[in-house]
Amino acid sequence: MQRLYLIIISFSFFMAVPAINNLAYAGIEVRSFEKPEQKALYNQLIYELRCLVCQNENLAASNAELAKDLRDEVYKMIIEKNMQETEIKDFLIQRYGDFVLYKPPVKSSTILLWAGPFILLLLGFIVLFFVLRHTRKQASSTLGSTQRNKMKKLLDTDNHQDKEVK
Amino acid sequence: MIRYIPLGIFALLVVLLYFGLSNDPRKIPSPLVGKPVPAFNLPQLYDPTKRIQPEDLRGQVWVLNVWASWCVSCRAEHAVLTQFIKDNQLTVLGLNYKDESPDAKVWLAQHGNPYKVIAVDLDGRVGIDFGVYGVPESFIMDKKGIIRYKFTGPIDQAAVEKVLKPMVDQLRAEKG
Repeated sequence: MQRLYLIIISFSFFMAVPAINNLAYAGIEVRSFEKPEQKALYNQLIYELRCLVCQNENLAASNAELAKDLRDEVYKMIIEKNMQETEIKDFLIQRYGDFVLYKPPVKSSTILLWAGPFILLLLGFIVLFFVLRHTRKQASSTLGSTQRNKMKKLLDTDNHQDKEVK
Repeated sequence: MIRYIPLGIFALLVVLLYFGLSNDPRKIPSPLVGKPVPAFNLPQLYDPTKRIQPEDLRGQVWVLNVWASWCVSCRAEHAVLTQFIKDNQLTVLGLNYKDESPDAKVWLAQHGNPYKVIAVDLDGRVGIDFGVYGVPESFIMDKKGIIRYKFTGPIDQAAVEKVLKPMVDQLRAEKG
């Protein structure tokens, strides 16, 4: 039981790592916004968009020159062009592809990505089913007559000994 | 049967990891292939009073090569690119990406200038329109001004022979 707890704790720690990572600030240009919605949108977008140079960082966390340029571009699109979230994302997807999004859209080319974990889970259940059936079969397999006699003999002597001890 | 399951999982992982190894994560398919070349109007490096835009090159197969003097890989591809241009009498527009113009000129004086014309993209804004994320990058345009191929990273001899030369030949054979 203790081991199970250990596994759960270490697993949840690993799950928490991306969340901690999200808090990292590198792109700290001073930005001023007219409305709080604009600020919220800007902060949301620079977390959701990927820096294509470093690939495992978002625009907010990346120190790359391109990430800085793209932060500027996102800021301009919000402030000067008053663009909406989907418009800004489309602008970047048209240029850099879906890869610029950390959360890729569900499409024929990304279906394995989305369905993969469930397929693996299903596979796990199938394997588990066969393993369980196999062990149960082994446990309940019938014995041949010679084996049965041998067992009976063993049990009898066992009983006999038990009585003697008493 | 059951005892082979771990072996099966292992084999599956080997195959998966093998494909993972042969994949280059830096090669991201460009959504721009098949689309018209993004419009730009930039000053030329050697004469900033003159400007260059994609329309000026329409009607021929041409290449846009993104480079900068600070880019180490650009130096690596430069000889191959120069030879490729010379052998095929290719029209290549150099997009001088986020570079200081004096540095760019020094670099070209040192290594040679294979470009027909060089556009200065000082702030990298045109680079964003081309989805540039790793210099050098090269785009091949057909006669109608459609982007037909994107090559990311330094061009080497193998890329010229296997991909770029056949692509240029194919596009030149197409009707304008």
